[in-house]
Amino acid sequence: MSPVATAPAPVVAASAAPSSPFVSPHIPDATGHFGKYGGMFVPETLMAPLQELTAEYDRARQDPAFRAELKDLLEQYAGRATPLYFAKRLTDHLGGAKIYLKREDLLHTGAHKINNALGQVLLAVRMGKPRVIAETGAGQHGVATATVAARFGLKCVVYMGAVDMERQALNVTRMRLLGAEVVAVTAGQQTLKEAVNEAMRDWVTNVRTTHYILGSALGSHPYPMMVRDFHRCIGEEARRQILEQEGRLPDALIACVGGGSNAIGLFHAFLADEKVRCIGVEAGGDGILPGRHAARFQGGVLGVLQGARTYLLQDENGNIQLTHSVSAGLDYAAVGPEHSYLRELRRAEYEYATDTEALNAFQTLARLEGIIPALESSHAVAHAIKIAPTMPKDAVLVVNLSGRGDKDVDQVKRMLGM
Amino acid sequence: MQSTVESTTFTTTGTVAINRIDATFARLKAANRKAFVAYIMAGDPNLAATPDLVWALEEAGVDVVELGVPFSDPLADGVVNQLAAARALESGTTLPGMFDAVRNIRAKSNIPIVFMTYLNPLLRYGMGNFSRDAEAAGVDGVLIVDLPPEETAGEIGLPADSMLRNISLIAPTSPEARIASIAGKSSGFIYYVSREGVTGARSDVPTSVSERLEAIRRYSQVPVCVGFGISTPDQARTIASWADGVIVGSALVARVAEWGKPATPGAAEQPPLPVLLREFARPLAEAIHSA
Repeated sequence: MSPVATAPAPVVAASAAPSSPFVSPHIPDATGHFGKYGGMFVPETLMAPLQELTAEYDRARQDPAFRAELKDLLEQYAGRATPLYFAKRLTDHLGGAKIYLKREDLLHTGAHKINNALGQVLLAVRMGKPRVIAETGAGQHGVATATVAARFGLKCVVYMGAVDMERQALNVTRMRLLGAEVVAVTAGQQTLKEAVNEAMRDWVTNVRTTHYILGSALGSHPYPMMVRDFHRCIGEEARRQILEQEGRLPDALIACVGGGSNAIGLFHAFLADEKVRCIGVEAGGDGILPGRHAARFQGGVLGVLQGARTYLLQDENGNIQLTHSVSAGLDYAAVGPEHSYLRELRRAEYEYATDTEALNAFQTLARLEGIIPALESSHAVAHAIKIAPTMPKDAVLVVNLSGRGDKDVDQVKRMLGM
Repeated sequence: MQSTVESTTFTTTGTVAINRIDATFARLKAANRKAFVAYIMAGDPNLAATPDLVWALEEAGVDVVELGVPFSDPLADGVVNQLAAARALESGTTLPGMFDAVRNIRAKSNIPIVFMTYLNPLLRYGMGNFSRDAEAAGVDGVLIVDLPPEETAGEIGLPADSMLRNISLIAPTSPEARIASIAGKSSGFIYYVSREGVTGARSDVPTSVSERLEAIRRYSQVPVCVGFGISTPDQARTIASWADGVIVGSALVARVAEWGKPATPGAAEQPPLPVLLREFARPLAEAIHSA
């Protein structure tokens, strides 16, 4: 008896994209495997709750009332659809491909994370859980979770690495104003990976009363599938919008990849359009040296971390390596399992941008387009800056501007000595 | 010096015909006694100390030893075991080093040894390599915290011909159908997790344990040991009255942390760490064995 064997009902708008081996109701399989990636690698205490969550999600996505409520919240509360904006001055400056920005930064709370937080909080309410928890790196997912918890009157606890609390202090204040408790995680490197560990420890302890709103397309099944589905609206809208504006599909999509939720949300609606290149951009940090980056596809090894089998930055004994990125949201040692799968199938390609390139892109976009992007999204912009000039002028790029950069202003100010 | 004679019925070297875990539980059952399963982190404070601590636990009356394999991201563990893992990694503990330590232990003891680990260090070592090298060193079983039975296909699980006992976890959240499936496939012993949560000492004993043990026994003849949160002789005695064995971990790990620190200059001299741990474990052993 498989909870996901039935055809998946799109959560938001129906997609016009044709079916394809990359988008099938059997990906992932009933226990969350994308080929050899993904799965459910968790302690026994969490197995039954995760199976219940999978079954509940499957019922919800086929429930017209659930879909209607989510659609209404996405439109009236979060601000969907977001524009697909033609960045003319950036395009002219680079002198190559036309660059379109998918403006997830304009959503309520300032990033794409609200799409998933709204979907999951509705699930928490359906399951009768009075308490939600979340991990956060850059704080965007923490803010989104605190926001939906406030909107639905649920108790909310957010785990955040102490280092990230320092570099993303604005978001810590926002979460507290929204009524959430923010718990500083001081283990290990004190960033996103440790925050996930601590959220999982809370969940395993309070699983009967608590729903864990995991914020990226990673962890155990059903999260990679569920988070992807809740973000699929990004790509569905972008696909419709580029057809309206350009009368054709783009040559390539570009999105930053930490866990990979905004990237899979953009890519997924285009996977069947096999001529559209999907380019994920990881955090190159100071360059590809051990401990100085977070580019899992540059030197990562297949392994199991935090519930999923995927590419990990690990040492020869299987311990997880330190990571570094200027961007707290990309500073993570594992990549969402569906990205490992798409890379293996060569349906998506993965590049990286260094801290310096991301910081330059941050400033370039601010000066040329009047848009201050999040440092995470700046990695995607940096890659567009790299490849657009090498492409013909009639080529089209869609870059996911997954979040806005207000939260990064203090950090950038310090780094640039402004 | 060690009381190995009491805890074993076969020779101390070479290949043994039956698994030491099975032999120990059979012997305890015949004597109508419950098992004291003790967990410590290998390599805490360092790997050279680990054999001495295992021998000391055996002297105190411990029947089965679980050795933790340190991992950078122990998400099922409370803070006491997290810090122990960090100390063990800091002291350079790796699987090959742990195999050497087990060989060293085996020179004097036949106490059953189970490695308790997260999956990724074994995957990196190779499951087949791990099984072969662990068996050769004298390890008897393995408990992989984040490997549920659903995921043990192909290259992820232990090889079919592995002699290691694969210790299964059952949790308070496991529904009856899962209990049936897990219990039916288990060997060595079943580790019943007494409560939802991470490892670490608690003051109470969950009352649901005895009912859950009955449910497990409907599906399996394998001994059932109970762990998570048990730290005092009173708690251990209560659990031992229901279960085939009692697992004590964090309470011992916390003592190793406290007494394993380098001595501060000028401080009063304390007895060696193995002696202190042995004396701490003795009342727990007496409580479990008298239940």
